[in-house]
Amino acid sequence: MNKEFEPQIVAFCCEYCSYSAADLAGSIRMSYPPNIKVILVPCSGRVDPVYLLHALEKGADGVYVTGCMEGDCHFLTGNYKAKKRVAYIRQMLDEMGLEQDRVQMFNIAASDAPEFARVAKMVTERIRALGPNPMKEQIPVDTETQREEII
Amino acid sequence: MIVGEHKPIRELLSMVHGYDNILMVGCKGCVTVCNAGGKKEVAILAAALRIARRKQGKPVTIDEVTLDRQCEPEFILGLEEQINKNNYDAIVSLACSIGPQYIAEAFDTMVVFPGLNTNFMGGTLEHGIWGEYCSACGNCGIHNFGGLCPVTRCAKGLLNGPCGASVDGKCEVSKDLDCIWEHIYVRMKNLGQLDRLSRVVGAKDWSKSRSGGPRKIIREDLTL
Repeated sequence: MNKEFEPQIVAFCCEYCSYSAADLAGSIRMSYPPNIKVILVPCSGRVDPVYLLHALEKGADGVYVTGCMEGDCHFLTGNYKAKKRVAYIRQMLDEMGLEQDRVQMFNIAASDAPEFARVAKMVTERIRALGPNPMKEQIPVDTETQREEII
Repeated sequence: MIVGEHKPIRELLSMVHGYDNILMVGCKGCVTVCNAGGKKEVAILAAALRIARRKQGKPVTIDEVTLDRQCEPEFILGLEEQINKNNYDAIVSLACSIGPQYIAEAFDTMVVFPGLNTNFMGGTLEHGIWGEYCSACGNCGIHNFGGLCPVTRCAKGLLNGPCGASVDGKCEVSKDLDCIWEHIYVRMKNLGQLDRLSRVVGAKDWSKSRSGGPRKIIREDLTL
């Protein structure tokens, strides 16, 4: 494993729970790895499978979706939908020859800042162990800017 | 609608092995409705193939386009300019199998792959679940069966059902499969037409089905 490898991880966080948890983690000065780039979504159910693939294609080493606890989705079932979509993409990753753990899903309550930090650390370590996304080195120069925008 | 599903990624990868500049063509018709080959599915499958090929160290360029319909030659011909301009070495069509056939016929020298398996004619049972309702036998007689089709929806295609394997309204083929003859019975009962079920239905005329090869419909009033 390359010790200097710092994974770039995209986290799609739902507005009503997990993004609030991320916010709270910041407010109470709870640290979590800076490798996580949070993208606010109105609901985890808003995360289309293609977003996950595009993030990987553009060079993210890992992607994860965080939704409300099961049964607590503000839109009732968005997190269940996200769970199924993540499972669909993980299955696809397997067929593509990529590690399934590059795409994951977690449920985090709005008040649970420690859980947000714990998940961020866990995912970072897991992706660090997997190593860099093989797409990364092969991204053409002209899409580098686009990659930076996405990550 | 025509219902299909995309081929497994491994099969698609195997198909396009050796091709480096590909056009993936979706269809905004039936396969968009059944979430198999619309714009979104084109985006997902194209991304998946690009990632997998990069992982293999054999990057591939895949352009994406989705036509209004692939079962109309004029829409297919709309691809000509893009094909000529980009010098693709293969096309993957995400339409039902009509799409890739039309593309193959329109562009003599272009290699075409079907990205979908075309499964059946059917409808949406619920979001994400589709069922088969029609076999296109060419001689519809569902009015004799309460408006339900035993040819397609009975595993044996019985016209004088049910058979002895119907148990508690389920077919012996699968516990998830309703015995359509149970439904036909209930419908006929509700319609007050149970007496019609006591009549033996004669052999079906299959001459309008596929026994004579591919069929064609000619409407003289519409031809140009």
